[in-house]
Amino acid sequence: MTSIWPLLEPLLTRVEKPARYIGCEDGAQQPLHAPAKVSWLLVYPDTYEIGLPNQGLQILYEILNEREDAVAERSYAPWSDLEALLRQHRLPLFSVDGHRPAGDFDLLAFNLSAELTYTNLLNCVDLAGVPVRSEDRRPEHPLVIAGGHCTYNPEPLGDYVDAVVLGDGEEVVGAITEVVAEWKASGRTEGSRQQVLRELSKVPGVYVPAMYEVTYDGPKLVSIAPRYPDVPAQVEKRTIADLAAWPYPKNQLVPLTEVVHDRLNVEVFRGCTRGCRFCQAGMITRPVRERPAQQVRTMVAEGLRRTGYDEVALTSLSTADFSGIESVVGGIIDDPVNCGQVSVSLPSLRVDAFTVGVAAQLQKARRTGLTFAPEAGTWRMRQVINKLIREEDLYEAVDAAYGQGWRRMKLYFLTGLPTETDEDTMGILELVRNCVQIGQRHTRAASVTASVGGFVPKPFTPFQWFGQNTVAELSRKLSLLREAARRERGVQLKWHDPRATLVEGLLSRGDRRVGRVIERVWRQGGTFQEWSEHFRLERWNEAMAAEGLSMDWYVHRHRTEDEALPWDHLSAGLHKDFLWQDWRDALDEVGLPDCRWTPCYDCGACTGYGIEHRVASAVPPAGGSQGTGQDLRSEGDVLVRFLGRRSLGAAAT
Amino acid sequence: MRVRARFTKQGKVRFTSHRDVARLWERALRKASVPVAYTAGFSPRPRLHFGLALSTGHESLAEYLDIDLDGERLDGPVDLEKLAVQLSNALPEGILVTVAAEADRSADSLQQAVTSCTWSIVVGGATRAALARRIEQVLDTPSLPVTRERKGRQVSDDLRPHLISLQLTHAEHDTCVLEAELGTQPRSVRPTELVAALSPEWTELRVCRLQQWISHDGDRHEPLVPWRTEPSWAPTEVRAP
Repeated sequence: MTSIWPLLEPLLTRVEKPARYIGCEDGAQQPLHAPAKVSWLLVYPDTYEIGLPNQGLQILYEILNEREDAVAERSYAPWSDLEALLRQHRLPLFSVDGHRPAGDFDLLAFNLSAELTYTNLLNCVDLAGVPVRSEDRRPEHPLVIAGGHCTYNPEPLGDYVDAVVLGDGEEVVGAITEVVAEWKASGRTEGSRQQVLRELSKVPGVYVPAMYEVTYDGPKLVSIAPRYPDVPAQVEKRTIADLAAWPYPKNQLVPLTEVVHDRLNVEVFRGCTRGCRFCQAGMITRPVRERPAQQVRTMVAEGLRRTGYDEVALTSLSTADFSGIESVVGGIIDDPVNCGQVSVSLPSLRVDAFTVGVAAQLQKARRTGLTFAPEAGTWRMRQVINKLIREEDLYEAVDAAYGQGWRRMKLYFLTGLPTETDEDTMGILELVRNCVQIGQRHTRAASVTASVGGFVPKPFTPFQWFGQNTVAELSRKLSLLREAARRERGVQLKWHDPRATLVEGLLSRGDRRVGRVIERVWRQGGTFQEWSEHFRLERWNEAMAAEGLSMDWYVHRHRTEDEALPWDHLSAGLHKDFLWQDWRDALDEVGLPDCRWTPCYDCGACTGYGIEHRVASAVPPAGGSQGTGQDLRSEGDVLVRFLGRRSLGAAAT
Repeated sequence: MRVRARFTKQGKVRFTSHRDVARLWERALRKASVPVAYTAGFSPRPRLHFGLALSTGHESLAEYLDIDLDGERLDGPVDLEKLAVQLSNALPEGILVTVAAEADRSADSLQQAVTSCTWSIVVGGATRAALARRIEQVLDTPSLPVTRERKGRQVSDDLRPHLISLQLTHAEHDTCVLEAELGTQPRSVRPTELVAALSPEWTELRVCRLQQWISHDGDRHEPLVPWRTEPSWAPTEVRAP
């Protein structure tokens, strides 16, 4: 395995942003390859700027390189200018660490965080010199695997990936390494590829699509069932019980060139039980596992010292809910080592005044924007989606923010939600208008940016049965908003392209037949579909027509309770009847409280795996309604019932 | 107190941009716990003053940066040798601080003071004879017109007054190396423009800034001279693609 750097170097003077391809980051490793070691190439199928900060990829990079029996390098999708040069000069996809050819690795492991990168996955496999379809690969080719949130419905890529991993990757990469090491030791002989895939299918958390027979009845999916008796009928996700045991990344990569989230990132907890019904991350990552506050402090202090960053993000799905958030944030800000120059950002903020108080404290050094996600414009709509923010909460938060010197804020909304009426849609503008007015009491320059995205129903959420709004319907709603926003001073409206939302919808709930559509779009040159300059809906429509598939059937149709879903043979722990009940509750506009601080309603995520929430504090951080819709102002005392033995006992029976 | 540092940019790190280098420096100064002065205001920035920008992809043995230190946070005199070592360790491979010295805060900025740069340029597509002939021709001519794009419009310019010296320093097989001193006032002439002006058929394979010069009343000197022998530039190792 030799470096292609001497051949690549002259090409880099001819491309945009060549620093994307040089590696050399602080924290980058030059692992020593050896025949006895399993070599992983961790690939993020989007540009370096988007892919480098991905924490999942960085965590696995370190864990694998710490192992005696494995090495790991990284790769990112080359931008179209370099891709053209690589193809012209017959050079392959390469790692940025050692500039080694991708095809020389034992595994190409993709991070799948967004559906619109699927065509890039095919392109990267092809650039590696590996057949794009799993069935065409031979023993000399690397195994193509994937992990990340999109793998909860891997069926659209079922014919293209050899295996996928469900859930947390920290432990399962070790098990995969061991299976692949045996395959290597056996000499990767003719026919052995089938054998190693069969072995992988027995590793908990690993799904090997080729080991399952898909049966259809006309357009309808009937079942996805194992072909062999030793292949599990249902693949369960992997969950690490204790985040404290995994203080990764220890050496976060510091890129030489600008990337998104260019700062120190420390994960403070994983999982979320707020129960927002549109949110796949909140459903599939349960239960809540907090990192001990002391470990967070250590990781922040050491990370800042090592990287030289002046900004740290405390990441999670709702960081204001972290037990002891105030003391952790205060500690960072007041640490004399940081000389008052370090700012802290909380990427996912709960909407209330408490949050703003924390935010004001932590942005002493440099005040960036403040972002809240009310997600819907009316209380009725927020009850449907279980995002129980009262208008008072939002207005108090906004008032506090402008009162403390912020001049602009960003609000995130979804449109195209189940049961949404035009009144709900226009409620978005009403809310934004009121926020601007509150702001203008403090400063004439007050402005609010409302970012509106089209809702895409995701697998393993209560909305998985919902028929997504059409492009025409989403466009109509957006033009209602745009028309009304035009007259408003201080209101800026941003929106996502509904046509891209359509394709996301197709890929997010598609079945294995959709794979051929992805392949056709890729063959037409349809890479980087997340980038508006590269996205063309016609390609997708033409490919659907060529495969005889209906966009309407896959995307806009409501599913019924008894319908077989393409991900029924996979499990995030959630009981299907829990999700169905939650869907009915949604339609009845009934909310569901956060089970971290209230009794268990047995969604299945804890009981099924014999694990529990790991939270340091018995009460939620004070203030606001905590997203329960009730006034919890009385010193923030919310009774919490920790899951007791009962649930563990239930799991054992 | 103002510290002026001279540093190199060689190898893979040459593909980073001028802005990238600025960010690298900010992080390196924090990693080395250097008490940099910050601007006042809503969004404080470290007070760093970079010299002439270097095109992405070009290498250099002579980059400069002025750093303002916060007097209140300094405990005692600054050990400049130690500072240079600490910074080199905090910077990526290929960026080495070759000298640091106290600078006069009231003096001209680097961008105003520097009048010319010496470049080593590996030229592809040219034979030794053709290149030598063209150099002679160019040095004899009173003007060397070029057109370049400026704010989206084509403007014509004369390079000859800014071409202070030009010679062939090495030629072996198909690799020819030029050394050129190009003026930087009122604007920096880029080596790429020079190669294009010599012949549209020729390309620059690799470029390295060897020196920056301050010329004043017949005196010519570098802003700082490295303490020790600096890392070398070995253009002959460059291979044609």
